[in-house]
Amino acid sequence: MEPLKIADKTFTSRLFTGTGKFSSSLQMEEALLASGSELVTVALKRVDVHRQDDDILQHLSHPQFNLLPNTSGVRNTKEAVFAAQLAREALETNWLKLEIHPDPKYLLPDPIETLKAAEELVKLGFIVLPYIHADPVLCKRLEEVGTAAVMPLGSPIGSNSGLQTREFLKIIIQQSNVPVVVDAGIGAPSHAAEAMELGAAAVLVNTAIAVSPNPVLMARAFKMAVEAGRMAYEAKLAPTNTHAAVASSPLTAFLDEL
Amino acid sequence: MSFSTLFEQHNWDQVKQSIYAKTGADVERALAKPERDLEDFKALISPAAMPYLEQMAVLSQQLTQKRFGKTLQLYIPLYLSNECQNICTYCGFSLDNPIPRTTLTDEQLLKEVEVIKSYGYNHVLLVTGEANKTVGVPYFKNALQLLRPHFSHISMEVQPLDQEEYEELIPLGLNTVLVYQETYHQEDYKKHHPKGKKSNFQYRLETPDRLGRAEIHKIGLGVLIGLEDWRTDSFFTALHLSYLERKYWKTKYSLSFPRLRPFSGGLPPKVEMNDRELVQLICAYRIFNEEVELSLSTRESHTFRNNAIKLGITSISAGSKTDPGGYASQEKALEQFEISDDRTPAEILSMIRSQGYEAVWKDWDAVLS
Repeated sequence: MEPLKIADKTFTSRLFTGTGKFSSSLQMEEALLASGSELVTVALKRVDVHRQDDDILQHLSHPQFNLLPNTSGVRNTKEAVFAAQLAREALETNWLKLEIHPDPKYLLPDPIETLKAAEELVKLGFIVLPYIHADPVLCKRLEEVGTAAVMPLGSPIGSNSGLQTREFLKIIIQQSNVPVVVDAGIGAPSHAAEAMELGAAAVLVNTAIAVSPNPVLMARAFKMAVEAGRMAYEAKLAPTNTHAAVASSPLTAFLDEL
Repeated sequence: MSFSTLFEQHNWDQVKQSIYAKTGADVERALAKPERDLEDFKALISPAAMPYLEQMAVLSQQLTQKRFGKTLQLYIPLYLSNECQNICTYCGFSLDNPIPRTTLTDEQLLKEVEVIKSYGYNHVLLVTGEANKTVGVPYFKNALQLLRPHFSHISMEVQPLDQEEYEELIPLGLNTVLVYQETYHQEDYKKHHPKGKKSNFQYRLETPDRLGRAEIHKIGLGVLIGLEDWRTDSFFTALHLSYLERKYWKTKYSLSFPRLRPFSGGLPPKVEMNDRELVQLICAYRIFNEEVELSLSTRESHTFRNNAIKLGITSISAGSKTDPGGYASQEKALEQFEISDDRTPAEILSMIRSQGYEAVWKDWDAVLS
């Protein structure tokens, strides 16, 4: 399989993972190791940057895990930039998953603030991966301000509803010059495989793994599904033929008679 | 428009009647739907739902885990003062209760902080009575400034304030305000609050609107269970929540359901709510609203809390003291109510872990406000 390159990093695994909702940090660590993931997002609000022995960070200290701090909890550009700077300093990475969701109920991203913040953060030297709606125009606008990837949602975060935005994801993937990472709503390995078959560069999964009664096994299932989907994409799917074979040719038969 | 307008369109007796008229078929319909409205909520809290309790618990657990995972947030109350100018028939801080009154000095406050921090807490809830002259906005400002360096999330459960006052406190680190209506039964509210600023039902009812306009991060709602018919009061709480969610969509919400606890000289509850009914209410709130935070305090017993955390609760307190200065000092000022679950934070932590849940000490950051 072709490795994935985003900014200065190359990934063998196209499964990005989240760190919330696990029943213990140990279980999180085991599941993430099983997933083969090399990019792991951490909410700044969950880690105690003043402590050397922060429980979450300790369990993520494996060389294969690149940390992707996220700004979950911020409501506007100003807070996002502030949080990003704190994350860069505390976690020693300029990678950032930009999440601005002023709506705490459905956690839907604010497109206007996200675009503004992305522009500002790129100028400040961040590698910005913005979490956004599956809005093709917005994705182009983000690409223009210099984000390293775009992360459109498949369906509302935590909903496990799969690729409800499929038609828009197809357009985004077709048009994008930066990697497209499908983030949010992926509830089953089959959803992840589908996203990869469509040509997504990667997927980000959290709830579906963390909330499974067996997170380690589910993480492995996702690993395989992402690989399978990617292989299928690279191998190219056979065309789906929706037209029934027709015995006679009523529309073109006249040609034979000419 | 504020909530009062919507509230006035509802009649207590009619609401109560319609809840008690719900049938098993209504409950089944509510359980089968993908999303539930206020009529479904009525069915879920009605006596007709009792035979469906196990089914409700299964659904509530599923929905809670989907949203919150297998995690529980921990917070601790910090009582700043027991001075109070109100008479509330059910509260230990009531003006007419002859007890020694105290308000923490800076030094005492920081001693409390030291103890609380040693338990591992990062989220704190500040609690007072209502004594505007001594424990008003200037006192709160000072307290927030002292506390902010030590905590990543600060909540308050104090007297209702004006919008401008909230706007002064929010930039100093105030993240959440809990303001319980106690009861939405207007006449009974007057009986229970005969004297003091708190006797103004309307001002209290509109407090969440003022908080919403001040763009607070989180608002906590609830009633004191035991004052009036809990089902009707819970309907009004749900109505209030739905109204606020639509209007102040950037704000997060949490619900509590404190049952009246004894205090020295207090009256017994007018309406009893048994344990099965409290489970019913917790599950009903969750099935009605998948995102709202549900909080359970140390008012409830060991056994109840051990089991309830799996059914929909998302945050609990542990090791609480309800008297000002109670953490650092052995000398007891009068407490607001008797604690039922007196386990230490460490004991609660190991209980949470043994149930396969992760205790979350930090889920916010001081940079986020």
